[in-house]
Amino acid sequence: MADDNIVSRDDWSLHRKGYLDQQRHRQKVEEVIKQQLGDLIVDESIILTDGKKSTKIPMRSLEEFRFRYDYNKKNHTGQGTKKMVPGEIIGRENSKGKGSGKSGAGEEPGQDIYEAEVTYEDLANILFEELKLPNLDDKKRPLIAHDRPAFNDVRKKGLMANVDKKRTLLESIKRQAFSQKLSKDKLRITPEDLRFKTWETQPNFESNAVILAMMDTSGSMGQFEKYIARTFFFWMVRFLRLKYENVEIRFLAHHTEAKEVTEEEFFTRGESGGTRCSSVYKYALNLIENKYPAAHYNIYPVHFTDGDNIGSDNIRAMALMQSLLDVSRVVGYGEILRTHYSSTLMSTLKRIDDPKLRLVTIRDRNEVYAALKTVFS
Amino acid sequence: MDNEMRELSIIAQDIAQIARGMGLDFYPVNFEIVPAEALYTFGAYGMPVRFTHWSFGKAFYRMKTQYDLNLSRIYELVINTNPAYAFLLEGNRLIQNKLVIGHVYAHVDFFKNNRYFSRTPKDMVERMGAHADKIREYELLYGRDCVERTLDAVLAIQEHVDARSHIGPLNKMENSPKVNVPSQDTCHGHTCIGNQSCAGNRITKGQSMVDLSKKARTKRSSLPYEDLWGDLLEDECKCPPQPEYEDLLLYIMKFAPGLDEWQRDIVSIVREESLYFYPQSETKIINEGWATFWHSRIMRELDLTDAESLEFAIMHSQVVQPSRLGLNPYYLGVKIWEYLAKVRPLNELFELREAENDLSFIRNNLTSELVEELNLFNFRKVGVHWQVTENEWEKVRDNLVQQLVHGGNPRIVVLEGDHEGKGGLYLQHRHEGVDLDIVYLEKTLNLVQFLWGKLVCLETILDTKKVVFECFNGLVSRRQEVRVGRNEQF
Repeated sequence: MADDNIVSRDDWSLHRKGYLDQQRHRQKVEEVIKQQLGDLIVDESIILTDGKKSTKIPMRSLEEFRFRYDYNKKNHTGQGTKKMVPGEIIGRENSKGKGSGKSGAGEEPGQDIYEAEVTYEDLANILFEELKLPNLDDKKRPLIAHDRPAFNDVRKKGLMANVDKKRTLLESIKRQAFSQKLSKDKLRITPEDLRFKTWETQPNFESNAVILAMMDTSGSMGQFEKYIARTFFFWMVRFLRLKYENVEIRFLAHHTEAKEVTEEEFFTRGESGGTRCSSVYKYALNLIENKYPAAHYNIYPVHFTDGDNIGSDNIRAMALMQSLLDVSRVVGYGEILRTHYSSTLMSTLKRIDDPKLRLVTIRDRNEVYAALKTVFS
Repeated sequence: MDNEMRELSIIAQDIAQIARGMGLDFYPVNFEIVPAEALYTFGAYGMPVRFTHWSFGKAFYRMKTQYDLNLSRIYELVINTNPAYAFLLEGNRLIQNKLVIGHVYAHVDFFKNNRYFSRTPKDMVERMGAHADKIREYELLYGRDCVERTLDAVLAIQEHVDARSHIGPLNKMENSPKVNVPSQDTCHGHTCIGNQSCAGNRITKGQSMVDLSKKARTKRSSLPYEDLWGDLLEDECKCPPQPEYEDLLLYIMKFAPGLDEWQRDIVSIVREESLYFYPQSETKIINEGWATFWHSRIMRELDLTDAESLEFAIMHSQVVQPSRLGLNPYYLGVKIWEYLAKVRPLNELFELREAENDLSFIRNNLTSELVEELNLFNFRKVGVHWQVTENEWEKVRDNLVQQLVHGGNPRIVVLEGDHEGKGGLYLQHRHEGVDLDIVYLEKTLNLVQFLWGKLVCLETILDTKKVVFECFNGLVSRRQEVRVGRNEQF
């Protein structure tokens, strides 16, 4: 009744539709990552690896929105291996492996998690795409450069110490060949044969940047505040390294007095006492004057505090901030506030009208990205 | 290789003969052996040829990964056409293919005879191929992003077609997509389109409507069972045909004010494909149960070696393995069919496979014995725990039935196409006891708004309070309505 041969086989090797659309899906997921950058860059697993490893970021696949029932408000039907009695607990909220919505009855929102391997570079690339170095003054650059000699020319006159023996000999051979004098004597070198290596001085564009990481370590700065500061500095250092060959970072901690500390101390040690921001500005200015002359360094002082400054210090802090601005490329001042209270130092600093001063307020983890964008834009 | 095919061909014909002898009645089936990639593509797209969209890529990736990790496996895939196509996974063993071939014939018998499939086009492969070509053409003409954006929105509401398209006059499916933006002078726009004054289940706001509702009311008094006469009443006031207000896609296709012609075509394409797949989604349990029921009977007729019998038993038990939570449709389905085979004559089973879908199959045939035997229970979230709530058979059955209503999707109907005289689309969720997922609702509403172009409202009930979501230009706002006396349907 049926045809003789009802089973067949074809070549499906060129059938790649699934892969193409899968790629498109991935592409869209990556677009979503970009939008979620604010959340991703504060991820502990990235900040704490020192950016050496790649991290796996669980990415949810794109949702296909539709009108659907609230899964949590609904009665479901399940099947047990034994008789189940009301009241029995069969699972917890986050336990995975809940019933797969296989049956036509009740589709459960399957959460597909893509474990996307995102290297720190990938993330940095996406992140830094959006950032730029502010106030980059190209005219100033040759001034920063140290002149470096480069032997790149050969001349007839020069210092005897720089004689180019090989070329001198070649000249001598050439001269004798032209003159047709086949002397069987030794090769004679006349003054015309002499060639000297000479150099030109070239401006070296290698430039340096220094970050002065300043943080309030008074009693009021807690884990959260330090974590935010740390995240900010983490990305800031990496970003500046892209632009400068040499990025130094100095850690200045302060409460009522300022001192230089190691990185570890900077992020871990807490002290008590009040806050006098002018102390650290003064310390920074001294450091710049003694070690990092503004002519040779791109200076990026960034200060994080909770803004709880001693009231009488504000005017002084503002004056010193003004001097800092004069020598720096950009000065970042960040207040990490968990309340909506706005500090007096912030409002004092707002009086300075200088585009190099970037003021940010961070209230939540995911605002670090916005802060980075404010400072580096 | 040729030998293998010839052998399989002979086996398939033997099995067909056995199946026919048992009373199964199916279209001719062409079997094709395909590699896993191809099979999983068909699984994800539902068809060997279908238009391109990232959501299919996502499904493909998931299925393919599960296969690669050996978590799950599709042995076959059947396409409901005449002749039917069935794809067998390359590398299936002979005994596996025997089982699968029997399974396939039973599926095709179901497709051919079940009433819910009576209207599905039997040349769907070609149609979907043509659709794919068209969408490809639109991508070239209007840019992939534009097409994708439209598809994103249309696919979000693809389930909202008229679920009862297998009954009633055929032409309601074939309403030519005449573009006809509702205007106020003909048919008084919103009153009629929304169908509310005719069917009498909604009174509109707005002064000019008073007359019409009065008219409707007088009609109502003369016709006590006016909902039964809905179609007639509609015709009288020249409303669009009745199914449109159920069929969100058709409504948008015809009346969305701002859609381009090609976008309407995309709506029409998705709608046609959705209508084709709809019966499959509402006959999953009964159809898989039917196929599983028959493949085991057919296998009993074959001469199997001991080793083959063992292998068959293992495979069969995998297919009907109860899932830990949730329900395995193969298992539930086959258990009901086996139960029925014990208590009813065979010809009645054939009648049931003609007349029932999952909903009626469960409602009519899930007995207390079965609920007991299968250890079925209801559960829900209590605090952070999933807790068993009920195990009485009637409650289990009713809960299952409720989940099967409208293919498990909420019913969304169009009430007005010119809301507040500003061309707004007013949708209503027919609340049947379960609230909607708000996050999804807002996102989906945005997509509907993209298609409609103007204001879109959705009325629903949240925690027993009536709420209207309004969406315009990507913004969704929510307002609690304090309208009294309008909650007859809950």
